[in-house]
Amino acid sequence: MTDKDKVPSGRDEVPLARDKVPLARDKVPLARDKVPQGRLQTPFYPKLKRVDTLDKWHEWKGYTAADALYCEDMEYFAIRNATAVFDLTPMTKYRITGPDACDYLDRLVTRDMHKVAPGRVAYAVWCDDQGQVIDDGTIFHLRDGEYRLCSQERHLAWLEASAIGFDVTIRHETEEVAALAVQGPTSFSVLDKLGLDGLGDLKPFGLTHFDFEGAELMISRTGFTGDLGYELWIEPAKAEALWDALFEAGKLHGIRAIGTNALEMARIEAGFMAAYHEFLPADETVRTGRSRSPLELGLDWLVDFKKPNFNGRRALAEERRRGSAWRLVKLDIEGNKPAHNAYIFAKPKNNKSEIGFITSAHWSPVCKQNIALGTVRMPHGKPGDTVWVEIYYQREMHWNRMMAAAKVVDKPFWFPKRRSATPPGPY
Amino acid sequence: MKTYDAIVVGAGHNGLTTAAFLARAGLDVVCVEKNDYIGGAAVSRQLYKDWWYSNCSYVCSLLRPEIYRALELHRHGLQVTPYGGSLTFMQNGDYFGSYHDHEVAYREMARFSRRDADAYKTYSADTMRQCRFIRDFLLRTAPDPASFKPKDLRGLMDIGRRFLEMGEDRMYETIRFWTMSVAEYLDEYFETDVIKAAMSGSGIIGTALGIHSPGTAYVLLHHKMGDVDGNVGTWGFARGGMGAVSKSIAGAFQAAGGELRTEAGCDKIIVKNGKVTGVGLENGEEIRARVVVSAMDVKRTFLNCMDRSDLPEKFYRRVENFKIRGSSGKLNIALDGLPTFPAIPKGSTLLHSDMHFIDSMERMERAYDDWKAGTWSKDPYVDMLIPTLNDPTMAPPGKHFMSCFVQYCPHKLEGRDWTEEDKQAFANTVIDQIANYSPDFKDLILHMEVRTPADIEAEIGITEGNIFHGELTMDQLLFNRPVPGYAQYRSPVAGLYLCGSSTHPGGGVMAAPGANAAREILLDLKRPNTVPDNFGDD
Repeated sequence: MTDKDKVPSGRDEVPLARDKVPLARDKVPLARDKVPQGRLQTPFYPKLKRVDTLDKWHEWKGYTAADALYCEDMEYFAIRNATAVFDLTPMTKYRITGPDACDYLDRLVTRDMHKVAPGRVAYAVWCDDQGQVIDDGTIFHLRDGEYRLCSQERHLAWLEASAIGFDVTIRHETEEVAALAVQGPTSFSVLDKLGLDGLGDLKPFGLTHFDFEGAELMISRTGFTGDLGYELWIEPAKAEALWDALFEAGKLHGIRAIGTNALEMARIEAGFMAAYHEFLPADETVRTGRSRSPLELGLDWLVDFKKPNFNGRRALAEERRRGSAWRLVKLDIEGNKPAHNAYIFAKPKNNKSEIGFITSAHWSPVCKQNIALGTVRMPHGKPGDTVWVEIYYQREMHWNRMMAAAKVVDKPFWFPKRRSATPPGPY
Repeated sequence: MKTYDAIVVGAGHNGLTTAAFLARAGLDVVCVEKNDYIGGAAVSRQLYKDWWYSNCSYVCSLLRPEIYRALELHRHGLQVTPYGGSLTFMQNGDYFGSYHDHEVAYREMARFSRRDADAYKTYSADTMRQCRFIRDFLLRTAPDPASFKPKDLRGLMDIGRRFLEMGEDRMYETIRFWTMSVAEYLDEYFETDVIKAAMSGSGIIGTALGIHSPGTAYVLLHHKMGDVDGNVGTWGFARGGMGAVSKSIAGAFQAAGGELRTEAGCDKIIVKNGKVTGVGLENGEEIRARVVVSAMDVKRTFLNCMDRSDLPEKFYRRVENFKIRGSSGKLNIALDGLPTFPAIPKGSTLLHSDMHFIDSMERMERAYDDWKAGTWSKDPYVDMLIPTLNDPTMAPPGKHFMSCFVQYCPHKLEGRDWTEEDKQAFANTVIDQIANYSPDFKDLILHMEVRTPADIEAEIGITEGNIFHGELTMDQLLFNRPVPGYAQYRSPVAGLYLCGSSTHPGGGVMAAPGANAAREILLDLKRPNTVPDNFGDD
């Protein structure tokens, strides 16, 4: 069951356009250890490198990924105004197959996987036995009995441990699939130009397969931006060709490649949580009380107590009975100073009334709101409540401090009609 | 005749630490050492030309940063530099390396098993949780569960509170952890033999137990709970060898007005009317003091240097039964050049790591079987380092010093004493094992010092040459170390204290026993405390 294949280096397996793009690492003497010492490169790396003018990169699960490519703000507006293309190849992917695949996933995650038909995608969360979230991710029902699980973190040890008693095969396939997020109001128009018949009928959280130059191109109507958008999945050998075709089709639709920073802004506007921000994978926490349950993350709708046993069921049922300790809140904060790393208080003038802290924050250019996600102790933070956020900000060396009122909101900050319109408009 | 405030017997790192903190409190302190050099087992010795050997302890991580800072050891010449990961040579020509960079470490593990690579973060978090639990108690006196003193009750409540904080599931895990074997513990996370073998070494170093013996999971912790500049689990070299640690503490001691006497071995701790009055030296001289602090191990202190009649019978028997078994030896080698290891890629950071030659759990346990049969391991667990790759001060340019810690090696061979031939055969076992992976290694050897537990005992004075002054099993930890009821550095004799590694929190170049002992002594003498508090992890 275990994939004992050696980890391929991005360098060896992916043909790089060396003649066109000189790579900095070519000048460095090769590290000769059996595993690559530097960051891996995705199949789209040569393409990203060509449009990159900033040289700002970070590590994402061993791969090098761009913070921003030319201008963070313009990249952000590509998401909200035109079409943004984001390389999500480093995202962890597993292929789950076998007669018991559906039963297995149903046992693994908190939602009812029997309701997820082939051709559908399900957002899901999975827990340890204490009902604490290990990770969230998306499960693609590719074909009958064949699934792809995409997660923020790497979990083969946990996935295999949970598979005992099930006839399933779990294969780590991150390196075998190149993936792009194509997001924004004109994204349908761009893909439509590629001649993908029937894409207009694809509903949110649907997936479908096309042929692209003899390879299978899977397209799902999913994303991390809260906008109209798609994710494209293809074998690495066709990655660059897909990129070229996409950018050719998008030429007149404002298509732009983007880095992680722009996506992060869109993610908060959509109210999506991220590992290490809104929660910590439970299997990595050292201190007790630093993990979160799905109920504490506002994911009650994802926990199905009517289905048979699943990991964490008993603990979650107990938590539902006794009440949760924490609540994840979306905050609309007065003023325009982003509330990075701020404490949250129940009252504006009582420092002893600290009830939680901000986990993600930024000024939303599209909502013109000062928005944030935060975690507060129950029973604080009911939708409609007002809480207070202590914001520190610096102006020319000096630090200022303000207490800003923040309203707890229920809905995502950004939820345009086009996100769910089928067929999507042309824009 | 002069009467000192305190005599510290033994100028190892713990003895010197106690002496330094007492001197800083304004006490008139003399530290006596039997050898003509100081340092005990934290020592750098010039045994061949311009080579300096860390000939006992050889790496540094456990030394408490609070003590480092409080005694300003950097001002007295101490510098600890971290070194790169670790490496295990495999019999099939491959190797398993561990790297500082998390992603590279992940890839290396995934080369053997993706599942193991993914499991590592959970293993790490679970182990770190235990580390955090114990790290908080290192610079504290272990509370006595049978005492009703407010201080002990507070200490016990503190342990209880921290334990309860873990939550139900993790409390169970913790209790299991403290008593299980390192092999069982690793089996819960990993499937790859070489990965488990590489990690299990830390569970048996310095311990007369095998990887399947209960209690060895804790020993693993003992090697993970240290840090270099806050990087928990990282190990480093003391520049100039481990003697730099002792020298710097001695510097702090002398700067505080302390007096250091070498070639002044303690023959007898003098007791009159149930109260200590001083120390009789091997040369017949007598030094008087109100307080005597022994940095020697508990057996040497009470069985060798005291009259049985001065001690309670049950206490005496408990000391006799204290487990302090010789289980490891050492080869210190001067090299004419850097040996090549064809398995290690050129330019790899792995050459700077600690290297091992046992690639399976089976071989780890077999090594222990030989020890049980009364002989050294014929296929030993060797922890080999070349500090001169990092440290330019220990050998001439281009030349190297190699430190080989060898486990298992008994104090006596099948009940008899070691002969020169035995020692040579022991050394050859180790050299052959290394030479299997380094064709030019043998030709580069210029000089070699072979140390069996018996040699370590003869020179340093530690009973059976046990590097931890007694094994780190649950029955000999916390309030049980070294003897229940006497785990707070005091002894049945008024004015006599212990400050060596036989006391809580145990062995390793940690200096915590020395500091904790100083705090208790100052408390008894009603002097202001000079010993720093725990930095704390949170």
